[in-house]
Amino acid sequence: MPATFTRNPVDVERKDTGIGGKPPYDRRPTGGGGDGENWDNHPHGRRGPRELLIRYRLGVMFALSGDLMFFVALVSAFFVRQSAGHFDAYNNFTSDWRPLAVPPILWLNTAVLLLSSVTMEMARRQLFHEIDVMEEWLGLGRPAVKRAAPWLAATLVLGLTFLAGQWVAWEQLVRQGYLLSSPDPSSHFFYLITGIHGLHLLLGIAALIAALVGLFTLKKVEFRQIAVDSVSWYWHTMGLFWAFLFALLVFFQ
Amino acid sequence: MKRALGRVFSTEHRRLGVMYLLLALAAVAVGTTLSLLMRFHRVWPNAVLPYFGVMKPEDYLALVTMHGTLMIFFVLTTAPQSGFANLVLPEQIGAKGMAFPRINATAFWLTVAAFLVLISAAHITAGGAPISGWTSYPPLSALPAAGPGQGLGMDLWLVSIGIFCVAAWLSAVNMLATILGERRAGMTWGRLPMTVWAWLVASILTLLAFAVLLAAVVLLFSDRHFGSSFFIPMNDMINGRVVGHGDGSPLLWLHLFWFFGHPEVYIAVLPGMGLATSLFANFTRRRVAGYKMMAGMLVAIGLLGLAVWGHHMFVSGMNPYAGTAFAMVTMAIAVPSTVEVIGWLATLWGGGLRLQTPMLFALGFLSFFIVGGLSGPLLAEPALDAYLHNTFFVVAHFHLIMAMAGVFGVFAGVYYWFPLMTGRLMNEALGKVHFWVSLIAAYGTFLPMHFAGLAGEPRHYDRLAGPATNFAALIPVERGITYSALLLAAVQLVFLWNVFVSARRGRVAGENPWQSTTLEWANGTAPTRIEAGPYEYELPQGEGGFHPQWESAPKLE
Repeated sequence: MPATFTRNPVDVERKDTGIGGKPPYDRRPTGGGGDGENWDNHPHGRRGPRELLIRYRLGVMFALSGDLMFFVALVSAFFVRQSAGHFDAYNNFTSDWRPLAVPPILWLNTAVLLLSSVTMEMARRQLFHEIDVMEEWLGLGRPAVKRAAPWLAATLVLGLTFLAGQWVAWEQLVRQGYLLSSPDPSSHFFYLITGIHGLHLLLGIAALIAALVGLFTLKKVEFRQIAVDSVSWYWHTMGLFWAFLFALLVFFQ
Repeated sequence: MKRALGRVFSTEHRRLGVMYLLLALAAVAVGTTLSLLMRFHRVWPNAVLPYFGVMKPEDYLALVTMHGTLMIFFVLTTAPQSGFANLVLPEQIGAKGMAFPRINATAFWLTVAAFLVLISAAHITAGGAPISGWTSYPPLSALPAAGPGQGLGMDLWLVSIGIFCVAAWLSAVNMLATILGERRAGMTWGRLPMTVWAWLVASILTLLAFAVLLAAVVLLFSDRHFGSSFFIPMNDMINGRVVGHGDGSPLLWLHLFWFFGHPEVYIAVLPGMGLATSLFANFTRRRVAGYKMMAGMLVAIGLLGLAVWGHHMFVSGMNPYAGTAFAMVTMAIAVPSTVEVIGWLATLWGGGLRLQTPMLFALGFLSFFIVGGLSGPLLAEPALDAYLHNTFFVVAHFHLIMAMAGVFGVFAGVYYWFPLMTGRLMNEALGKVHFWVSLIAAYGTFLPMHFAGLAGEPRHYDRLAGPATNFAALIPVERGITYSALLLAAVQLVFLWNVFVSARRGRVAGENPWQSTTLEWANGTAPTRIEAGPYEYELPQGEGGFHPQWESAPKLE
């Protein structure tokens, strides 16, 4: 039995459904894009504003999956390193792991980052508000941008605050004597984890700035939506990763 | 000038595909030369070689490192996946182009950058190339003082691999978004050519595996430069000096690396498997036997491949019960692989084989896959691996199933899709010479290695008979291997001649020279909705014997 079996259209029976009956449902397989957004069976490229958005969401989702694996590797290294040790001269198994007390400002930074996710989501939703989007699409001004831009700017400010707070935490640790070059592995991990997350967030800040600029320079509403939508998924994911990493540093040492 | 630049930095996927293939060609040329130098040295250790003079042991190890790195990363991960997929994937699924053309182009140029950095690691550094192998185990790779070439050379190697990881990630994101989102209406999962299934699974593996490698590389870099000790054990001593100050674990590197390393070898071989399926259908004029099963087995191999990394670590000192678990999953992965082979044999059996060159290379792929694969379950047993680990038995296994099968898959693809790249056909007679001599020389090179391995010959020893070793009895075997390897390398010149001369003066190919059904041969006539399956051969003669996928629905049986 071949995997393909397309019924000849003539063979589809059309029963008279009478009053209140359901219309005939087209059960032919439709391939990519032929479901959900393509209820009118338009060809590629002519399926409406969400077509490109779905493509970009797919891309962002896959990219973030790869990033997730990267952090998973770091976290597993964390756990392995924690339990590593050696047998000393008296045949005792000792370890050089000393739990690091996380600088309390990190709690504030976490709150700031979670708040920035809230503002980011507000920005994203404003930009998808149907009526405003219709007006923008028809060329009647940019009400969605006007609503979304302040929220986006707020996210940017909160993101920068988070990074500044992380920097303060680093300074506090240095003053306590925990450097990247200290022999202390929990110190290494702290700097490694917060540093790599901070680097990702820096890229996120750059993307936020690009999205903010794009809100005012991009010509089509679809592109503006894509810009903010992509950044927002990235931003939320970085916030979620931070929640896990923070819990790791605070509770799992 | 601007147009030339525009052509070089093009985002058009077919051009990128050809550029990937050219990059792989450069890498395989360098890698093969290095392997020949290695083979020479093993048999004639005191010979004066170009560039090295009399080769020192560390030079040999540097050759081993660079050969492995170049071949695995820059040949087997680029050509079968990025090279061919960029060439035909969008057409095969009826898409207009890749989902993210600029990201695609960025990935290519990052791969080129990684290649250049790797080459520079061998040449511009005072110490020379790194000597820790493509697997770069610490502490050797973690400490610049541990060996020649482990200073700047090792750092450049790490940078190169790091850049490659980012390039692979971008490329995988693009390919997955294309396969999932850009298929034409009617191109259901059940109508995908098997090559697309293979690229799908390989891309998922790429996405997951290279991220872990990047993390490992970052940690190793930190060990080397930021005073951390993720991998350097306590009180580790190099050259009489204690350098280990923390409780690092080399085993951690092994876990991280092989979590990447095993999916990597499947990334190398899966596209060839998909292509073999397609070519068998094409050149026997029959449908793929058990299409859904074949596609499902590709997925199964990919999934299981993520769970078997410990079989590279049976003798590493890890928990033996973990070894048992890994051994069982590794034996399990033999099942879908065998199902694939049986499916191929079922497609071929009793069919009228059109033995044109692409088909010959696909059959060669099958041959290497079977022979190389048979030594896999042997190595999967921890009890046997305790003896065979790091002997030439392992070298024979992966060269047959990954290197030769993968490379024959690349050859098959080049011969098959040459008309798409140049509009001409490659010369059949030269192709047949290339195939037969390569096949025989490859077996002549790698089959004897099984026996050398069983005799206990270790890997990575630069000479067989010297103050520390005495495998002099194996030198005749090694000499035979070297002669075969030289023949294998020499006949590739026939292939290169064929490629470059046929590109200009080959026989002009028609529209669909192999009478294929898949969409890359549609030449722009594909409908807005796909209604046919990918391998609709075996139709009554009246219709020309096959139903291309770009025509409307086939008649019911």
